[in-house]
Amino acid sequence: MSNAAVRITNLGFTYPRESTSCFSNLNLDVLEGERFGLFGPNGAGKTTLMNCMTGLLLYQQGSIQLLGNEIAHHKKSINKLFGFVPQDFSFYQELSPVENLAFFGAWSGLNKAEIKNKTTELLEVMGLTDVRNKKVEEFSGGMKRRVNLAIGVIHNPKILFLDEPTVGVDVHTRHAIISYLKKLNEEGTTLVYTSHQLSEAEDLCNKVALIDDGKIIAHDTLQQLMHDHKEEGLEGLFINLTGKSYRN
Amino acid sequence: MFKLWSTILKDIRILTRDKLGLVFMFVMPIVLAIVITAVQNSTFEMLNTNTVPMLMCNRDTGEAGRQMEAAIVKVGMFKLKQVEVGQTDKQISDRMHAKDAVIAIIIPEDFTQKLKQKAEETAKKALKNFGMQTDSVIVDTSAVQPLTLLYHPVLQESFRHSINGALKSALQVVQNKEILKSLYFALNDKAMPDSFENELMSNQVAINEVPVSRDGSRNIPNASQHNVPAWTVFAMFFIVISLGGSVVREKLNGSFIRLKTLPTNYIVALISKQLSYLFVTFIQALVVFSIGIWLFPIMGLPKLDLPADITGVVVVTLICGWCAVSYAIMIGVFAKTQEQANGIGAVSIVLMAAVGGLLVPSFAMPASFQIVMKMSPLHWCLEAYYGLFLEGGKFKDVLLNIIPLLGITLAIQLITIYGLKRKNLI
Repeated sequence: MSNAAVRITNLGFTYPRESTSCFSNLNLDVLEGERFGLFGPNGAGKTTLMNCMTGLLLYQQGSIQLLGNEIAHHKKSINKLFGFVPQDFSFYQELSPVENLAFFGAWSGLNKAEIKNKTTELLEVMGLTDVRNKKVEEFSGGMKRRVNLAIGVIHNPKILFLDEPTVGVDVHTRHAIISYLKKLNEEGTTLVYTSHQLSEAEDLCNKVALIDDGKIIAHDTLQQLMHDHKEEGLEGLFINLTGKSYRN
Repeated sequence: MFKLWSTILKDIRILTRDKLGLVFMFVMPIVLAIVITAVQNSTFEMLNTNTVPMLMCNRDTGEAGRQMEAAIVKVGMFKLKQVEVGQTDKQISDRMHAKDAVIAIIIPEDFTQKLKQKAEETAKKALKNFGMQTDSVIVDTSAVQPLTLLYHPVLQESFRHSINGALKSALQVVQNKEILKSLYFALNDKAMPDSFENELMSNQVAINEVPVSRDGSRNIPNASQHNVPAWTVFAMFFIVISLGGSVVREKLNGSFIRLKTLPTNYIVALISKQLSYLFVTFIQALVVFSIGIWLFPIMGLPKLDLPADITGVVVVTLICGWCAVSYAIMIGVFAKTQEQANGIGAVSIVLMAAVGGLLVPSFAMPASFQIVMKMSPLHWCLEAYYGLFLEGGKFKDVLLNIIPLLGITLAIQLITIYGLKRKNLI
């Protein structure tokens, strides 16, 4: 039986100066080697949960363990275990892909030689070798997404958190990113992924959880969930479980 | 160390690619130093090379009027332009509106007569006090028509006061001469000989101007010595526009978030920013001082003389730079948008410069501002530089300025760390 890459136990989180809590006694396990998709309507708590899992938000109750290490202890060594690809372009647009990777590689704990090797490999995989020395601000949205992803995986993380990694990109880039993520997973990286692209999730994820109003309302393999709820696609399952009303 | 070096490299790359920021950081202090020094130098020269244009309307036909004219010329501040006696006050005002001159003096028709009367009255009072003449009637001359000084409203108050002082001293010379003549006549029953009059009037005690320097030199500070250090400090603190903005940009574009998830403490980023921008402030000072030394003389401005204690200048520059950089980072940490950082940063620097003595000399500050002034880091930077540049002091002589500056810097650093902790950024 696989160990938990992410183990969330009785999680409780309330934003400062807010009376209602986002999560209360939330439990969730993501097993090592899974391609885990976290889905839910707008405002359901996906990003907040991901921010708790990556230590960006400090929760008030319960625990979150990454490969057995409590994230709340906020030891910087835990941060070596995971990579994070935020939805926003989280790098320096004034710098080139090589310069960005050099900087974030150093901050991820790699030495000069490791950075050099990994940079060459990632630029090749992401199709950015030809523009390696151009400023990222001159890139298209799709190219920037690839830079964003490359930075997140430069230190070979055991767990990779991805928040809408393919938003706003064309079909080719999406296909390339999904293929690369699958390859990473095959090499042993656990993926924790959120997206609004449900068809993409069907292609990528082998385990999904639906979150609504701060609660996990479904958690299983995609096939099992569709079977249980008599749906043929994730979109139908999504509507079935969360309803059709607008969310803010 | 590798992480720090990588971060410094990143910061310097971003800095050097921000062309507008570089222009702001280097061109602005150069322009400020040149413009302010040129303006102050021309004011200084105007006061010393007889170039304040003055309209002179001498309606008096007597000797005192002529003497008054001569005394004004002798003051050495004014370039006299004669106005025809028939011109009215209104016509003189119109000439001033046309910027023919910024001041005009009107000597009334009966100036000699009334001045003589006043001198005689003073002489009689004096003799009466000496018990030498008690029977004469003292005429009240308090209603003597005064000299009229017209001045253009553009004339600054301080400048007007100095002109007023110069004219009063000229008037005093004329008046004293008349009193002496009256006394001489009353005592000797004959007019005072010209030779004796000249001897008395020219026998004035000279004023020996000595700048109080710490190194014993007697060099009188010029406009460059005052302005170059002052505007260098101002420019250093104006780094808030570039650095404060850079911190905010980093927060807004999500880089902060990414950095927080990496196994490196954000303190490394803070140290890197401080070192990178400290280097920039040092280069700023180097550039502005170099311009003061080599370019100013070519431009006809007084040369900046570096103090003897160069090490002291370097250390003071580094400490001032560190304070400026710390302040900029603090603004960046607390500002929510780049506009906020730029607005609050720029306005606060101008305010701190104003209360710190960069715009108005600190000794001229009202008493209520003295405490506020001591809270401005720019004040301590300026005082430290002045201790070296104007007083010829060494680093140990400006330690009392450096200690409060370091205290303020430390406080700024603590506030920044508190801000970062409160925002969950470290």
